[in-house]
Amino acid sequence: MMEQLGVLAWTWAKIMMIVFPITIAVAYFTYFERKVLGYMHSRRGPNRVGPLGLLQPFADVFKMLFKEIIVPTNASRFLFLLAPVLALAPALTAWAVIPFDDWLVLADIDAGLLFVLALTSMGVYGILIGGWASNSKYALLGGLRAAAQTVSYEIAMGFALVGVVVLAGTLNLSAIVHAQSGSIFSWFWLPLLPLFVIYFISGVAETNRAPFDVAEGESEIVAGFHTEYSGSAFAVFFLAEYANMILISALAALLFLGGWLSPFQGIPVIGDTFLGAGGIHWFLLKTAVFCFLYLWFRATFPRYRYDQIMRLGWKVFIPITIVWIMVAGVFRVLGWYGS
Amino acid sequence: MNAVIRYLRSLMLLELLRGMGVTWRFGRAPKPTLNYPEEKTPKSPRFRGLHALRRYPNGEERCIACKLCEAVCPALAITIESHQREDGTRRTTRYDIDLFKCIYCGFCEESCPVDSIVLTDISEYHMESREEKVVDKQQLLAIGERFEDSIAANREQDAKYR
Repeated sequence: MMEQLGVLAWTWAKIMMIVFPITIAVAYFTYFERKVLGYMHSRRGPNRVGPLGLLQPFADVFKMLFKEIIVPTNASRFLFLLAPVLALAPALTAWAVIPFDDWLVLADIDAGLLFVLALTSMGVYGILIGGWASNSKYALLGGLRAAAQTVSYEIAMGFALVGVVVLAGTLNLSAIVHAQSGSIFSWFWLPLLPLFVIYFISGVAETNRAPFDVAEGESEIVAGFHTEYSGSAFAVFFLAEYANMILISALAALLFLGGWLSPFQGIPVIGDTFLGAGGIHWFLLKTAVFCFLYLWFRATFPRYRYDQIMRLGWKVFIPITIVWIMVAGVFRVLGWYGS
Repeated sequence: MNAVIRYLRSLMLLELLRGMGVTWRFGRAPKPTLNYPEEKTPKSPRFRGLHALRRYPNGEERCIACKLCEAVCPALAITIESHQREDGTRRTTRYDIDLFKCIYCGFCEESCPVDSIVLTDISEYHMESREEKVVDKQQLLAIGERFEDSIAANREQDAKYR
């Protein structure tokens, strides 16, 4: 009995060790987003709550938690409240297989990449169900758009990752990072440059962020699938969206930029100092760069029209990825990259 | 051939990168925003804010109840009643300004022969109930006493242009 309780407590502690930092990261990601957008709009962004506005995310969170959750009349109450959970659970679960460092991974499973892909695709059910259960035309349209878009870009993203798998020869995320060790030029961004770009753009589309945010599309369909959500139910959707964004950024860092490996590795003099050693700080830094890119895109690009999104996904990305998988195969056969 | 070149160029995302360059430049540019309560824009000495009634240096109130301000006020915001004092001079018994009616045009100040009613440069004031929109003579005199230094300094600065 005690032993089982111990296992339970230890499992719970491990879950908390990942979920808690992610929640904090999401909170400060929203702060960072508002700051970056503000600066790019020639504004200052939030700077009233706490020094430099650093307590702003907590003010937002507490405000949101104290708000009432309104379930619309004739909404499907059970599904309406289930949807945010369905969106959040996969977004957090996928973090289980992300290796933060050489040894720092919760579940070092061999099908890690497959697991991540499966779970990120699950997230769309939350959006779809939330959109349908709201009994609102805007939410329904938003949900449908999100579903169509996610399904389309899932394919391009999957193909982009096939290139990585071809070069690495494994689905285990830690092993994929190990396959990239050597120097900055043996990371997969170089041989798979088109796939890298397509992966990240598809990632932006997957998470329904600008310029692919037709699922929310506030100028067209109010707020899309979460039009009817308020209070903590909305906060959960929000948390899921941002956790997914950070997850996509982390995956981009792992699969194409060598995860925790140092960019100075393999350079004669600097490579032997502490700069050349890999570590979680490199991983976090690379992830932060991609997170910043998300915000930069949002500040720069206007929203795609719906049919243009579909065209880009099906007629541009998928053909290019298929061609480049062949090229990656050639690299592999010639022995230029991969083990 | 041209179409092929255009297609290949579009794959390099040059236009998108240019756009990102624009936002990057704006992100680094200095921000025109002022952090309002800590930082304030400079104010002209002619700024027309809250009203005040002034006194002469010997403590005598300037207003002689000529009612020119009441007459010129386009918004009918001023109400004056007067009587004759024991020393034979005429003074106001009532001098009310309705701040909600007032349009801060400054005509009252221009019309005043004795520089009694003035518009100070105070723009930050508030009312906590609707009744407080009417400021009476005592309040106006109090404002004048409290800010006499800045009122006088502003008049001094603007004197040569009048």
